[in-house]
Amino acid sequence: MTTQVSESNKTNSLFSSKNPLHLTIGILLITTVLVTLGNLLFPEGSALHVSDYTVSLLGKYLCYALLALAVDLVWGYCGILSLGHGAFFTLGGYAMGMYLMRQIGDRGVYGNPDLPDFMVFLNWTELPWFWAGSDSVLWMVCMVFLGPGLLAFIFGSLAFRSRVSGVYLSIMTQAMTYALMLAFFRNEMGFGGNNGLTDFKEIFGFSLQSPSTKLSLFIATAIALAIAYGICHFIVNSKMGRVVTAIRDAESRVRFVGYKPEHYKVWIFVVSAMLAGLAGALYVPQVGIINPGEFSPLNSIEMVIWVAVGGRNSLYGAIIGAVLVSYAKTRFTAIMPEAWLFALGGLFVLVTLLLPKGIAGLLPTIKQRLITKKDAPDTQQKGAKL
Amino acid sequence: MNTDKAGTPLTASENIVPDTRHGVILYVEDVNLSFDGFKALNNLNLYINDGELRCLIGANGAGKTTLMDVITGKTRPDSGKVSFGQQVDLLQLDESEIARAGIGRKFQKPTVFEELTVFENIELSLKGDKGIWTALFHKLSGEQKDRIAEILHTIGLVAECHYPAGRLSHGQKQWLEIGMLLAAEPRVLLVDEPVAGMTGQETERTAELLTSLAGKHSVIVVEHDMAFVRSIARKVSVLHQGTVLAEGTMSEIQSNPDVIKVYLGEEQG
Amino acid sequence: MGRIFSLLFLLILSSQGHALQTDSSSSTALTPLLEQLPSTKLRAMGPLIEKIAQVKDVKTRHILQLMLDGELYYIKANKQLVQAVKAENRQYQLTDALTTEPVSVVKKSKISKVKTNNRLRSSLRSLIAKIDLTDDDKEVRLQAVKQLLDSPTKASTATISELIDKEPDQEVQELMQATMALQQLRDGEISEQITALNTLSGSLQPAVKNTIVNLLSNLQEGDLTEQQASLKLALQQTLDSIESQASFYGFIENIFFGLSLGSVLLLAAIGLAITFGVMGVINMAHGEMIMLGAYTTYVIQIAFPSIIEYSLLIAVPAAFLVSGLVGILIERGVIRFLKGRPLETLLATFGISLILQQLVRTVFSPLNRQVISPEWMSGSWQINPIFSLTFNRLYIILFSIMVFVSLLLILKKSSLGLHVRAVSQNRDMARALSIKSDWVDAITFGLGSGIAGIAGVVLSQLTNVGPNLGQAYIIDSFLVVVFGGVGNLWGTLVAAMSLGLTNKFLEPVTGSVLANIIVLVGLVLFIQKRPKGLFPQKGRAAD
Repeated sequence: MTTQVSESNKTNSLFSSKNPLHLTIGILLITTVLVTLGNLLFPEGSALHVSDYTVSLLGKYLCYALLALAVDLVWGYCGILSLGHGAFFTLGGYAMGMYLMRQIGDRGVYGNPDLPDFMVFLNWTELPWFWAGSDSVLWMVCMVFLGPGLLAFIFGSLAFRSRVSGVYLSIMTQAMTYALMLAFFRNEMGFGGNNGLTDFKEIFGFSLQSPSTKLSLFIATAIALAIAYGICHFIVNSKMGRVVTAIRDAESRVRFVGYKPEHYKVWIFVVSAMLAGLAGALYVPQVGIINPGEFSPLNSIEMVIWVAVGGRNSLYGAIIGAVLVSYAKTRFTAIMPEAWLFALGGLFVLVTLLLPKGIAGLLPTIKQRLITKKDAPDTQQKGAKL
Repeated sequence: MNTDKAGTPLTASENIVPDTRHGVILYVEDVNLSFDGFKALNNLNLYINDGELRCLIGANGAGKTTLMDVITGKTRPDSGKVSFGQQVDLLQLDESEIARAGIGRKFQKPTVFEELTVFENIELSLKGDKGIWTALFHKLSGEQKDRIAEILHTIGLVAECHYPAGRLSHGQKQWLEIGMLLAAEPRVLLVDEPVAGMTGQETERTAELLTSLAGKHSVIVVEHDMAFVRSIARKVSVLHQGTVLAEGTMSEIQSNPDVIKVYLGEEQG
Repeated sequence: MGRIFSLLFLLILSSQGHALQTDSSSSTALTPLLEQLPSTKLRAMGPLIEKIAQVKDVKTRHILQLMLDGELYYIKANKQLVQAVKAENRQYQLTDALTTEPVSVVKKSKISKVKTNNRLRSSLRSLIAKIDLTDDDKEVRLQAVKQLLDSPTKASTATISELIDKEPDQEVQELMQATMALQQLRDGEISEQITALNTLSGSLQPAVKNTIVNLLSNLQEGDLTEQQASLKLALQQTLDSIESQASFYGFIENIFFGLSLGSVLLLAAIGLAITFGVMGVINMAHGEMIMLGAYTTYVIQIAFPSIIEYSLLIAVPAAFLVSGLVGILIERGVIRFLKGRPLETLLATFGISLILQQLVRTVFSPLNRQVISPEWMSGSWQINPIFSLTFNRLYIILFSIMVFVSLLLILKKSSLGLHVRAVSQNRDMARALSIKSDWVDAITFGLGSGIAGIAGVVLSQLTNVGPNLGQAYIIDSFLVVVFGGVGNLWGTLVAAMSLGLTNKFLEPVTGSVLANIIVLVGLVLFIQKRPKGLFPQKGRAAD
């Protein structure tokens, strides 16, 4: 009896699909290979050709997908609805942007070899201290993770220790990103003010304009997403994942079992922030600009809707949601831009009212209808509770 | 006294061993607590012996649940002393540290982790390191699996072990919560209304279980069901308006004039 | 001090009104003098205009003013005196200088300017000043003295000293004294300067301070004679006394600005204090309820352009209804299905806020709309030369207190309030007592939203009305409610006011953006320290 109990334990915490880890990573890699081949092998004009523009666009979507994973990790699994993940994303983006800025060297408009254009414009004579080292790749990589991680750690430690949770926490994360937006808009902050960082020339010595760099960035993003997915999958299927789920559902009860929810929350918040930072860092070279507008609370809340649409509490759902909603946004804003906010707003209302578990929540239901039922009482879980 | 413990998280519960050389495992002395002028606890004194089974009775608002809140760290008293054994000052610890020190609690309203399975609920409650890194890389040992199976057997939920806990019936949730308590192997169990919503048969089994636990563990039971209290109690404390009105065996309590006046009197009359 | 309402625009209107009155009978003395104007040589012009100035006629001032402004021309053909204003195509619009009736539009070559030069202009100025200084209207006299005070000359102080004894009004008289003293301080001997300083020590006129600062900077360098040293001391003392008064008024002004900002925050947050604080429903579309209120004001002004003065009075109840009804719709259509799921409510209402914003963009335009301030809202209460309270802010403070008090009364005294509190404290119990909790929810939500609409009317008087109006206030409003302690209206009041004050006192030191950031960060830290706000609810039920 003992063995029976422990073995069947393994598969049950996931939805009915066999192994979403392999499936998702598989689909991801196949897509990447197909896109790569389509871009390289087939000439322009061929039906199978994937244009450079599409490659960049897909790269952007994958960054969003990575970001959605980060949001899902804290919201779907730990119940922390962060309306400030845009801040972590943007900070990661700025870390990358600073590095790219330094790579411009003396090719800027003012031709100053040491100072980025905007500093010359502001009549600064030397780099501010926090720009020191920003021309090194190692520094950039560290800052991509450290910047968002540190902010998440400080904010999380303060908030979770004093047991701020629920909507209070959401509002405070929103205030955090709003305050950062105001701060970064100031020229005195030393991050280019209104215009942010832009006019990048090359990354690691490769021109950002060249199609091969664009393709490489897309592939790098896909690999990063796959690795991040693996990490998240590992976390949510470890005992850690069960503890945070328990925290999401009954935080005070978790305390009486002997866990310190605040430690778990801070940890997962920091991990999530770092993933968001990574997403931002990959995003910036592909779109060529980072500015304080990315801190806007609206951006952060858009990330949440990706996860809601795709299905929180499901990692692949987050990816699906991010890609679908972003694609819809691209189409909408091209065809009838004024309708996009209607659609987005409607999406919020409809998903929360009618589809609380998102698309991923639909899959098991559909599957169950197709395969004429398995054994015993229905495995539909109760409507997701926040 | 334990100020160093308050600041730094306790990484292993094994660090705290209550000093019970005087035979007392839980000291509650002169505890006062008021909410907006209402005195919930009023100079309350209570001593629980190691291995004892104690029943707490009292009318609604007498302070039973509040007392449990104070012992488990959910609520801080305005004044007084609460210690685990002679030396572990519980007022310096938070809920999770108290739980790890070896004081377990079952709530009045059964609270289990609804989205997790019965098995996982018990797994999370197992005694052991509750730190982050352990949780991340933890694998159940054979010994632990055996222990979980044993507990599932005890609480009669073997067949339901992979159901999400949210789908259990009310009585089953009560049992699951007791199972979670057992898994934590606490020195002291605080059990708030364990038989509410249980059938007669289930109540009997609960009584059996609680009695069997006493000795190895100290058990404090809060219960309204007087028949149940009679069936398990060796010693009963009566709470009234936030203070202990009387203490003794069931028959002593029943003949105590104060108690008859304020509590039993109402029930029998 | 309190009785001095000086409304600049009224002044201008009244002075013009005087000049424009036509009184043909008294023009008889003026006409022959005026007829000489076109032919008189520059040299003889001085005595001529003095003669003109001495004619007691309402038109005198008008003519002199036209001459001073260089708008007095005569038509070459018939020597008719006209006011000429440049129109399109190098043409000039002519108006009769005496009757102020329009004459015609002609080319430049048809007319010629009445000659003036600098010396004449300065005597014109003092002649006009003298006319104003003897005007029957006190405000006109006051304004005239004020103008002289800015740059007093020997000539103007001579005029003043002639008139000062006849001046019936004390305020005007004091200002006249200050002008004379200032002139002495500028041009007099050292002993005169020191006496003048005594007169001026209480004066807050900017001209006085400027003069003192100038004199002081001249006295900085080199060895000073004993007299100069004592002058310097006196100057310094006077300056100190002026500055300490100025900083006192600066402080009061900060408090005033802080309170007015606090009132705006209070209005924006108080509706939320009801929906979020009392009902526990999180409504991210609250900002858009404010926006709808502001647009309601705009629509009313467009619909009834003839009654702009009263538009706000109509807009307040209208905005309450519009936002309130939209609120009830949202509650019935969405929020009630999400009861007990606060994070989902947050998301759904955020979606609604996006829809409402886009709706306004589509219906009106993405650009900001102009809402007109009625005249009774504009202007200010000039308490002294460096301190005035603007009427719109004053009204807003009063109005927000009114709203707050009436809301408090509704919640404390009315049966609706009783039901709201009952439902918010124990829904099941309330329902058992046959309170229709659904109905109460909808009405409460409508009330909170309606008050947000009223806040929109007020904001339309302060900022641009645009689709993003609400977004700017939503975070602040939430922080105010949480800071004050959820479910506590008094807490909201205290929180709003203290935030307003903090912001305004930080602003001069740090600049407004940084002040904003500091306040935000401070609040976030505070809430993390005390999650239940300034005035937390206690007890077991609070968890």
